[in-house]
Amino acid sequence: MSGYFKDIYTGGKSLLIGLGVTFKAMIRPVVTVQYPREKIDVTPQIRGHIELVKYGENDAGHNCLVCGMCAKNCPCGCLTVDGERREGVKGKVLTVFHYDFTKCSLCGICVESCSRTALTFSNEYELAGFSREEFQFDLIKRLEVKK
Amino acid sequence: MQQIIDMIQTYSLLRMLIAFLCLLAIVFLNAVVMGYLERKIAARIQRRWGPMEVGVQGWLQMILDGVKMLAKQLIVPKDADRFLFRLAPLLCFTPVVMIFAALPFSSALYGINLHIGLIYIIAMASINVFAILIAGWSSNNKYSMFGAMRSVAQNIAYEIPILLSLLSVVLTTATFDLQKIVEAQSGILWFAMYPNLFVAFVIYLIAGCAETNRAPFDLPEAESELTAGFHTEYSGFGFGLFAVAEYGNLFIMASIATIMFLGGWNGPFGLGSGPILGAFWFMLKVFVLMLVMMWVRWTYPRVRFDQLMNLAWKYLIPFSLVNLLITAFLVKMI
Amino acid sequence: MATTTKFQTSDKHRFLLNMGPQHPATHGVLRVILEMDGEYAMGIDPVLGYGHRMQEKMAESRAWPGFYPNTGRMDYVGAMPFNHGYVALIERMAGIEVPERAEYIRVITSELNRISSHLLGIGAYVLDLGAFTPILYAFDDRETILDTLEDITGSRLTYCYFRAGGVLKDIDDTFIQRTRAFIDHFRKRLPMYNDLVTENVIFINRTKDIGIITADMARRYGVTGPTLRGSGIAYDIRKSEPYSVYSHFEFDIPTGTNGDSLDRYMVRIREMEQSLRIIEQALDKLPEGPVMAKPKKVKLQEGDCSFSVETARGVLTYYLVGDGSEVPYKLKIRVPSYSNLSLLEEMCTGMLIADLVSAMGSLDLVIPEIDR
Repeated sequence: MSGYFKDIYTGGKSLLIGLGVTFKAMIRPVVTVQYPREKIDVTPQIRGHIELVKYGENDAGHNCLVCGMCAKNCPCGCLTVDGERREGVKGKVLTVFHYDFTKCSLCGICVESCSRTALTFSNEYELAGFSREEFQFDLIKRLEVKK
Repeated sequence: MQQIIDMIQTYSLLRMLIAFLCLLAIVFLNAVVMGYLERKIAARIQRRWGPMEVGVQGWLQMILDGVKMLAKQLIVPKDADRFLFRLAPLLCFTPVVMIFAALPFSSALYGINLHIGLIYIIAMASINVFAILIAGWSSNNKYSMFGAMRSVAQNIAYEIPILLSLLSVVLTTATFDLQKIVEAQSGILWFAMYPNLFVAFVIYLIAGCAETNRAPFDLPEAESELTAGFHTEYSGFGFGLFAVAEYGNLFIMASIATIMFLGGWNGPFGLGSGPILGAFWFMLKVFVLMLVMMWVRWTYPRVRFDQLMNLAWKYLIPFSLVNLLITAFLVKMI
Repeated sequence: MATTTKFQTSDKHRFLLNMGPQHPATHGVLRVILEMDGEYAMGIDPVLGYGHRMQEKMAESRAWPGFYPNTGRMDYVGAMPFNHGYVALIERMAGIEVPERAEYIRVITSELNRISSHLLGIGAYVLDLGAFTPILYAFDDRETILDTLEDITGSRLTYCYFRAGGVLKDIDDTFIQRTRAFIDHFRKRLPMYNDLVTENVIFINRTKDIGIITADMARRYGVTGPTLRGSGIAYDIRKSEPYSVYSHFEFDIPTGTNGDSLDRYMVRIREMEQSLRIIEQALDKLPEGPVMAKPKKVKLQEGDCSFSVETARGVLTYYLVGDGSEVPYKLKIRVPSYSNLSLLEEMCTGMLIADLVSAMGSLDLVIPEIDR
């Protein structure tokens, strides 16, 4: 019989304490941010899609020597790198750098395996599109647009 | 203008029509306002914003939700009982309007004042069970049937503590007439301030919460177990009517509590209350009670079904019976 | 397509209820076919495979470094220990020496990930029971961890941060400051969870003596993790076969007594406190040095090798068979949730459906790691 009343007492007290917790939360400020109108600054370390690093002194604007290690090491097969030899230029000139973002898993193996750090992660996190073709990036053209 | 007022005063049919339209408007307005407030309060408890897009702080959200619901296709599932399926939301909604007609918003604002007001209201509130059972059965869906059967057992069990706790007040005032009960509290003390009637007040709040299927007793619509329970198969305005009826029931539960225990349309400590000011006090008390119900909903997990029955039969009913005895004793002696 | 054939019952008043792949209470794409007698679940048949992605086959068709991103995708909630297991397996097989600073960083990030995984686990559990607010408070705390880890790894959820020989990027002072601030903040938040959930009479009634797993039953099914520790057996790979630098730290293994859902929940809460202790000690003792061993070309030698780590859900084992080239011949991944799910039938026969939901939530399953 005493257990009956003790149950009621401890139960009721725990319920009132719980109400107190939510009341305190009600009067504290809101922690969410209304996204399209207010944006939070993201850290520069986030992994967006891959892009070529801008090198000012080079004519082409990038540092790639078309060795193809990134394309070979990519586990998802999303990079296509091709170049041609031109007269008067030492080594190959980059002509095609096709990047299929629909297959990329953002692992970073291509960034690590480049011996000249020609690739890096961008900071784009607001990518949304209407078709798959929008995510077939041509990295050389993107570099020129950035210039 | 004078002609219109004369016409209203002579034709009681016209008076009834106007009163009916006003009641419908109040019921829907209540659903809109309480729906919006529920979402905002839930959001603030969870430290987020709630509806913010349409209108300043999102106040148009519920109206646009209503428009969306009206535009949806009313799907009747295959092999469902068509007549019963369409009947259930109406059967849930009609008693709500009929009860609103009998509530005294102030000394002059009421639909109709019945001598047996309280009995009429409780009888109408029991039709809710029937509507939920029809909805669950006619949906031809196992989940809906589960929800409906749980709801029937729950509602039947919790009507007893409601009746017993309200009976304590009736014993004290010796009448079922709602206006007279409110007038009996026009002094300094409301009924909730007497100790035995305070216990009845608490029991009534818990049992009322269970009767209107609100959390923590919302098993008939348990979202994570039964994917929406008895109204799984309803889309569009059928579901809208269930939601309006639920908020209407919440309003009715809170207003019975204020009428019987918190002084109805009287002001606190005997402050003045006329025909209009009384309505203001009444609505204020009802809103405070409804906000407390919402606060409770977003704090606690759901009670399991047999624990719910346990609570009713082993805790609420003995307490309310003993309380009734004590009240009868006090009424006789004092 | 499994329609169950094991429920050929002639009992006319029993019916089959399908908690299908899309259900709010099964954490992921799990299908459970229940044979119901009124509200009691008399027969239980889980159907898996709705999320099979052939991770093990992918490991056999690319060079071993190409599997790094897959490790983070299996259990996306607690991905660091999955990374750790694979990387440590390659290191064991090829005999690579990892610098000590890298090991300490691995332990710190794994323990932070364990806290965030437990927060999500208990939040989702209480959501199944019907309380809509504690999960949002848990997610609020989790945001700090996710932001802190995003600063060094670049991802919030599916980490691909460990490499064979160390970690990708070194941690800096901001990381250490933020982690210390988080430890202080979280220690003050834990009493709030106590008030709101653990002491609540409704919650205790929903979880006490529900879903009891006896120690014997746990041993028979090979259950590990907090599910096992709730039944009283103090088995944790971090203490019994210490890997990385866990032997340098002092921490307890919380256990329960009854093996019911409440005990498993309490074990998770106390494990979060122990993880805070480990992170504090690791930050105090953090040595200086490089974070990556000198790179060398690794060809997987012929023969097999295995490595076990303790994830947030239990023991994870990677087993690799090499054939002398860079592409593994076979990779077998033993995930903890698979064994934890297998005792669902014995534990839950004859329970009310509300109790079934509560017991399943307390196992803390993540279905993508079961289906791989």
